[in-house]
Amino acid sequence: MEKQHIDALKTIVGDEHVLTSVEDLHCYSYDATPGFSHMPDVVVKPATTAEVAKILALANTGKIPVYTRGSGTNLSAGTVPTKGGIVLLMTRMDKLIEIDTENLVAVVEPGLIVSDLNKAVEAYGLIYPPDPGTVTTATMGGTVSENAGGLRGLKYGVTKHYVMGLEVVLANGQVMNVGGKNVKDVSGYDMTKLFTGAEGTLGVITRIVVKLVPAPEARKSLMAIFKNLDHAGQAIAAIIAAKIIPATLEIMDNPTIRTVEDYAKVGLPVDAEAVLLIEVDGIPEVVEKEAAKVMEVLTANQADEVKLAKDAAERDKLWAARRAALPALAKLRPTTFVEDATVPRNKVPDMIRAVNETARKYNVTIGTFGHAGDGNMHPTIVCDIRDKEEMERVYKAMDEIFSTAIKLGGTLSGEHGIGLGKLKYMEDQFGPVTLEAMKSIKRALDPNLILNPGKLVGEC
Amino acid sequence: MSDKLVTAQAINEHDKELLADLQDALANCMKCGNCMEVCPIYKELGTETAVARGKLALMEAVLSGKIPISENFDKWMSKCVSCKACTVKCPCGVPADGLIVRGRQAAVKARGLHPVKNYVFKLLKNRTMFDLALRLAGLFGPLSFKKLPRPMAAVARFPMPGLDKRRVTAPFAASPLRNRHPEVIKADKPKLKVGFFTGCTINYIYTDVGQAVIDVLKANNIEIVIPALQHCCGTPIYMSGDVEAAKLLAKHNIEVFEQYKVDYIIAACGSCTEAWKIEFVELFHDDPAMKARAEKLAQKTYEISEFLVDVVKIDKNKLGPVNATVTMHDPCHMARGIKVTAQPRQLLKSIPGLQFVEMKEADRCCGSGGSFSLGNYELSRKINDRKIANITATKADTVATSCGTCRMHITDGLVQNNQNQDVVHVIQLLDKAYKAGQKK
Repeated sequence: MEKQHIDALKTIVGDEHVLTSVEDLHCYSYDATPGFSHMPDVVVKPATTAEVAKILALANTGKIPVYTRGSGTNLSAGTVPTKGGIVLLMTRMDKLIEIDTENLVAVVEPGLIVSDLNKAVEAYGLIYPPDPGTVTTATMGGTVSENAGGLRGLKYGVTKHYVMGLEVVLANGQVMNVGGKNVKDVSGYDMTKLFTGAEGTLGVITRIVVKLVPAPEARKSLMAIFKNLDHAGQAIAAIIAAKIIPATLEIMDNPTIRTVEDYAKVGLPVDAEAVLLIEVDGIPEVVEKEAAKVMEVLTANQADEVKLAKDAAERDKLWAARRAALPALAKLRPTTFVEDATVPRNKVPDMIRAVNETARKYNVTIGTFGHAGDGNMHPTIVCDIRDKEEMERVYKAMDEIFSTAIKLGGTLSGEHGIGLGKLKYMEDQFGPVTLEAMKSIKRALDPNLILNPGKLVGEC
Repeated sequence: MSDKLVTAQAINEHDKELLADLQDALANCMKCGNCMEVCPIYKELGTETAVARGKLALMEAVLSGKIPISENFDKWMSKCVSCKACTVKCPCGVPADGLIVRGRQAAVKARGLHPVKNYVFKLLKNRTMFDLALRLAGLFGPLSFKKLPRPMAAVARFPMPGLDKRRVTAPFAASPLRNRHPEVIKADKPKLKVGFFTGCTINYIYTDVGQAVIDVLKANNIEIVIPALQHCCGTPIYMSGDVEAAKLLAKHNIEVFEQYKVDYIIAACGSCTEAWKIEFVELFHDDPAMKARAEKLAQKTYEISEFLVDVVKIDKNKLGPVNATVTMHDPCHMARGIKVTAQPRQLLKSIPGLQFVEMKEADRCCGSGGSFSLGNYELSRKINDRKIANITATKADTVATSCGTCRMHITDGLVQNNQNQDVVHVIQLLDKAYKAGQKK
């Protein structure tokens, strides 16, 4: 990048908000995805939409790549500045602009931390349901751009189900508004959904209108242990078939159970093939009834043991096992890949079996846990990225995991996005026609290909 | 400080062992960014270089030869209050706080110590000179410091190096604690004998805390030895990356305390206690003989509140009323270092008449970071403002804590925010209760 561009950026946002030291640049060369790192030329921290607009206009004219970034907790290398250029750091734009309790919406800037929104709306008896594992760190803009999910996805859906409107700065620096506070809005193309989950390839989100929902009054948690994986699979299907949509329905496979037990000693039987953790929430009477029904279904489907939490302390105890899943696996080896291959929920046992088979075949360590109720699995591969020979096996295993998911009628990503990490599988999932249609959209909105180039849909 | 850039190869040749074990520890950071939630520095600065994930990435980059150990590297390594919040939060169990100290150590090796630190540490290494300097500071303090109309608060009359002119500190004592007492304070048929490690702040500044410790121990019929030759625990030096100097002080203190037959060693400061219980042992990780000696003393070291509750099991019926509404700030090295938070609360709650109110985020760093606030006053003030807001929200009239530098920094914060709450050590309130009990 030329000095004149850096100077121009300094004029737009002020000297102290333009970072150019090699130390600063190095610290924006990565995100939470192992194995990807590239230095940007500059890091810029805008404070207003107008500043973002000026930055993009400048980048567009100069054909400088722009990588929009929040806290950088994403797991698909979506914010790695692979072609140098500008890292556009949105964390200064972190205001909660409005909580509208009559329309049940909030208006926020993209740099706001997700859990800060939840803390603010809690006082009104409301929640913002998307709850990725990084909810206390991730920004709203990042989670909207990555279309993040979370534990409550089964009942509440993912981020796109809550984004009602956006202010977006387009690649040429023009500011666009789409959607709004209308619950019913069928005018035009659904641009709000298009930019949600676009991973920063189509525009820069500068303001977000989200839907809030009433906080559930009560919740009940259950844990079921299965010696047989198929019984667990049948239980998942049977719960939904009994017309109960739990807020959360989680599964841990045997390698994960063994690791968690070894690490956290929470009392799980190490020979179990699956543990299910279920939480129902809502109106107290309904929660009571649903919990009883879930208990019945679990027993009918040959659960070897079922525990129902009587109070908050017992609930915490049950969830301790699930919370320990990632830390326990991550502590085994230096490098941790948390994938999010997703399958239709009735294929969950098939997916887990296939992952375990793949792990054996390539002699790599994989624990699988995740959101069984919505089929969103987290095969978690632990390894040492410094060991070349091992990494060859790891990447082969990864290829096989994603092709299996697609074969089972699944998708590459349930909540982490594509970025660079899963780019090479995109054509397998979508085929040439759909992928080309996606590229046409990218080319139309960003003709100079400056926005997060090479990501999500690849080179255009 | 040298301006030449030092490459990874050069350090590698200089200290291969340091590099090798750092590499493995650093590789365990999976860059999830969870540390961002809890890092007080990141909350104020909002950049990756401020948070543990970034600092560890910088160290990795130095080790792989991608970046040199530059002035910037040094600067970012120093921007850490060592509050350990990242380490507690880390899902992978990466001891980021310790690694950052190692990063500082590498910077010190490559670039040398900052001249001011170099000067202070040289003085600190010489116990006699250090003692003389601080005693003179106490004698001539009134010439250079103006007392404020509140206990233990003063501001500098003239600009001083490393001290912001607005900043409220505490006056040096006219006579240090150890000069006011005999080395052995006898008790009638004592049930226990303890060695009192005073630490610098209690000996030279907060003698009121030291006096309270002595009086409370006396009230419990415990014989007290205050070894005259004890010296600074070395934590500020260790945290700055000058490990060799820290080892000298640790060895000196171990040798001094070994000469006395005491049942326990007690300290009234989280950081000093942590030094004895954890740092001394770690410092000698490659010296089995010294490590064994450090471990032996570590096992009998207690922070005063912990000692009174867990070992002495004090008789709470002897406590008289203290009318105060008290909130408590947990120093980082108490909360996450030696993990002592229940005992001070237990003591406070057992005092009749005392109303205890918990503040929000009681264990969040106050921004002092020991000597961190000297070099980073503005930043440490911003962190402290959050603490002051939490204190104010409790409507308490007194803040209790267990660390001298926290006490000083919170006092400064209260003055800067026009608040007039009293800041005291937990043990001072307990001492008051004992005295009120005797009057009964």
